[in-house]
Amino acid sequence: MSVLIFIDHTSGMIKKASREAISYGAQLAAQLGTTAEGVLLGNVAEDLSALGQHGVQKVYHLQHTNLDHFDAQVYTKVLAQVADQTGAQVLVFSNNTSGKALAPALSVRLKAGLVSGAVSLPDTSNGFVVKKNVFSGKAFANVAVTTERKVIALNVNAFTITTGTGTAEVASLNVDVPAPKTRVISKDKSSGKVTLSEAEVVVSAGRGLKGPENWGIVEELATALDAALACSRPVADAHWRPHSEHVGQTGVAIAPNLYVAAGISGAIQHLAGVNRSKVIVVINKDPEAPFFKAADYGIVGDVFEILPKFTEAVKKVKGVA
Amino acid sequence: MKILVCISKTPDTTAKIAFTDNNTKFAEAGVQWIINPYDEWYALVRAIELKEANPAITIHLLHVGGTDSEPIIRKALALGGDEAIRVNADPTDSYFVAAQIAEVVRSGGYDLVLTGKETIDYNNGAIGGMVAELLDFPYVALATGLNVEGSTATVKREIEGGEETVEVSLPVVVGCQKGMAEARIPNMRGIMAARTKPLKVTEPVAAEPLTLVAEFGMPPAKAGVKLLSADNVEELVRLLHEEARVI
Ligand SMILES: Cc1cc2nc3c(=O)[nH]c(=O)nc-3n(C[C@H](O)[C@H](O)[C@H](O)COP(=O)(O)OP(=O)(O)OC[C@H]3O[C@@H](n4cnc5c(N)ncnc54)[C@H](O)[C@@H]3O)c2cc1C
Ligand SMILES: Nc1ncnc2c1ncn2[C@@H]1O[C@H](COP(=O)(O)O)[C@@H](O)[C@H]1O
Repeated sequence: MSVLIFIDHTSGMIKKASREAISYGAQLAAQLGTTAEGVLLGNVAEDLSALGQHGVQKVYHLQHTNLDHFDAQVYTKVLAQVADQTGAQVLVFSNNTSGKALAPALSVRLKAGLVSGAVSLPDTSNGFVVKKNVFSGKAFANVAVTTERKVIALNVNAFTITTGTGTAEVASLNVDVPAPKTRVISKDKSSGKVTLSEAEVVVSAGRGLKGPENWGIVEELATALDAALACSRPVADAHWRPHSEHVGQTGVAIAPNLYVAAGISGAIQHLAGVNRSKVIVVINKDPEAPFFKAADYGIVGDVFEILPKFTEAVKKVKGVA
Repeated sequence: MKILVCISKTPDTTAKIAFTDNNTKFAEAGVQWIINPYDEWYALVRAIELKEANPAITIHLLHVGGTDSEPIIRKALALGGDEAIRVNADPTDSYFVAAQIAEVVRSGGYDLVLTGKETIDYNNGAIGGMVAELLDFPYVALATGLNVEGSTATVKREIEGGEETVEVSLPVVVGCQKGMAEARIPNMRGIMAARTKPLKVTEPVAAEPLTLVAEFGMPPAKAGVKLLSADNVEELVRLLHEEARVI
């Protein structure tokens, strides 16, 4: 019996979301009185033994040409074999782009009940009950997993990374690796920028910005805060900004530490995707804007005047003015 | 080519979220139901676009749910699609629904199965991946673009910080989201045609749910906003730095 954590990586680097999943899995293993082990498929530049600092005792590192690209079907078959060979009782994924494809498939393959979008450690005092977000963050549900084995997909930014001093043993396993049926033909990464779903700080703007030509002041604040950019749905629909930046009930759901919303009214569908942010700052010229009700800090004023001042003040605090 | 579009039913995005029966059930009284936006705006509309380009394509819609779901199934048919199937069962958990969908795909011989990225009520995003695994089909999640040429699908999908284009031979399951198509509204002709399109009802196959919702709850309320004046931006940044500690 053990807790097995899927460790995801991109461009040779382990994703922050996976460090959250490892920290979560390690604490869950401690709670269940068992060991925490990780599994990583493909090639990475990092030293995997260092992942012991987040609490895993062992990391299985499997390399094969068929694992060089992410293919949900191949990864599922390989992970199921790893779970069987290591006797894993609980599988932990980050609920990120890979976890969203893998966790449901593993749930079926292992006949293990799935909780996706988990936000805290299970309550194991009476069964196995995991809290997850529902209604786009407007409510939560406690979901009881009734099977022997379990699969959890942990929401991004829902769990704090713990860092200690351990070292993990790095091992390999013998598994069958089938050939993928998908073939990657191109990749388009906006490299160097902060990824929206993983970002700790997000700067977002809405129709109040009047047009795409005005996004310079939004980008400058984002740069000063080392933040990812986001926008409201009409802004993406009008092609002022790419679809990938649209947050809300029908866009990306995010939970950063700080969400700055400039010139966004705060419609219920927008709030649904951002209400899990720890601190919300709203800048809007209309004191009646509904967003103020969901905010922690607010300024009633003109974005064109406030945003540049905001950027300057941030630079001062960060000592880069 | 046969496409199956999986349609789910969700409360309207402005519906009041509340629970009854000791917080074990969603309070449905007075709630307006809609087709889950991802299923309607992206999966269904993209399937219709593919058929517009190639009339040899057949589109079937599939919903797992009770009789009270028929209005939303008719609404989906008004947008397009040749016929609909309703599996007459309460959608208990993702695994149960996935097992029903997989059975329909198996007996119907579909080449392309489209689902939404997730439903906006339970936010599971699980059914597409489960259906693919039950059928041993490849699965592309979080798709933002889809094209089909002969027996090959070209799918654009979201990855952290970007997009990737993959090629895959049919049959395949694709989970659809924004970018794939532009939302449409049904026209009068579509609404009239939908009335006479076949809506078949089938009985569920046996499948044991793997999870159950024990209880719902609401997140704690916010303390209330701290308002600052427009000439006090420096104070805001100081508070974010020293009080909230997020800068
Ligand atoms: C089914 C459904 C799903 C939806 N999903 C989403 C979703 O996922 N995400 C989403 O964002 N929306 C979604 N919407 C749309 C949502 O209802 C709102 O229409 C949208 O969020 C409004 O965007 P906005 O705040 O940018 O624009 P507006 O509502 O036009 O608000 C602009 C705001 O800017 C302020 N403003 C204007 N000028 C200035 C200035 N100079 N300085 C400061 N403030 C200024 C105004 O006071 C106003 O509050 C959805 C709608 C539906 C029906
Ligand atoms: N009851 C249902 N009937 C048919 N399809 C469904 C049903 N529930 C969910 N789906 C499909 O599965 C997708 C993902 O749902 P979920 O895994 O529940 O978030 C939805 O976007 C639909 O396409």
